[in-house]
Amino acid sequence: MSTQPVKADRTIDARGSYCPGPLMELIKAIKEAKVGEVVAVYSSDSGSRRDIPLWVNKAKHEMLGIMDREGFAELVVRKSH
Amino acid sequence: MTEKMAIVLFSGTVDKLLPVGILASGAVAMDMEVDIFATFWGLAALRKDMLTSNMRISKDFEDMAGPMMQMMQKKNVQPWFETLKKAKELGNVRVHACAMTYDLMGLKKEDLADFVDDVVAVGEFIEMAREAKITLFI
Repeated sequence: MSTQPVKADRTIDARGSYCPGPLMELIKAIKEAKVGEVVAVYSSDSGSRRDIPLWVNKAKHEMLGIMDREGFAELVVRKSH
Repeated sequence: MTEKMAIVLFSGTVDKLLPVGILASGAVAMDMEVDIFATFWGLAALRKDMLTSNMRISKDFEDMAGPMMQMMQKKNVQPWFETLKKAKELGNVRVHACAMTYDLMGLKKEDLADFVDDVVAVGEFIEMAREAKITLFI
């Protein structure tokens, strides 16, 4: 997982949404994105930190980073295919 | 072939309907198809007039109904059927009305929520569940 800051092509603010809301919004955004694009999702739900990397791995995309922000997490994903 | 999850939705209380939407979403996220067989109270909960007006929760936790509903409203928790509808948009989730309950309750297609796909008899659902990796009774 890279620590380099990557500029997201799109950012989804899913704060306030409960499990599995942020994951579902990320999946939708990845579906809509072009290959190679970077999607960031803001999540305040405690499930996302586990479920999002799990999904990214399973769906064979790339997890670029999970950053702690104030009161939420920013999860950054690259669409690989 | 895509793996499948089958759910017998028997309950009609909000506290049990909520996990149905959530579990269906999780299954879709993890690349599974979902077949939901809505029977008895589960089918009654799918009537158009019940979707938003349903405030029932399990008898065991009856005293919690008020506080739970208030908390859910305050925290803007998505209604269970919206979660289910989103799962349907993202993947292959089919909602089947149980034929026996449908006849017993004298229901018509237009009485049921738009996301109900069809009316299915028990034998057909068993054939769906036979192929499922996961089967839940809720």
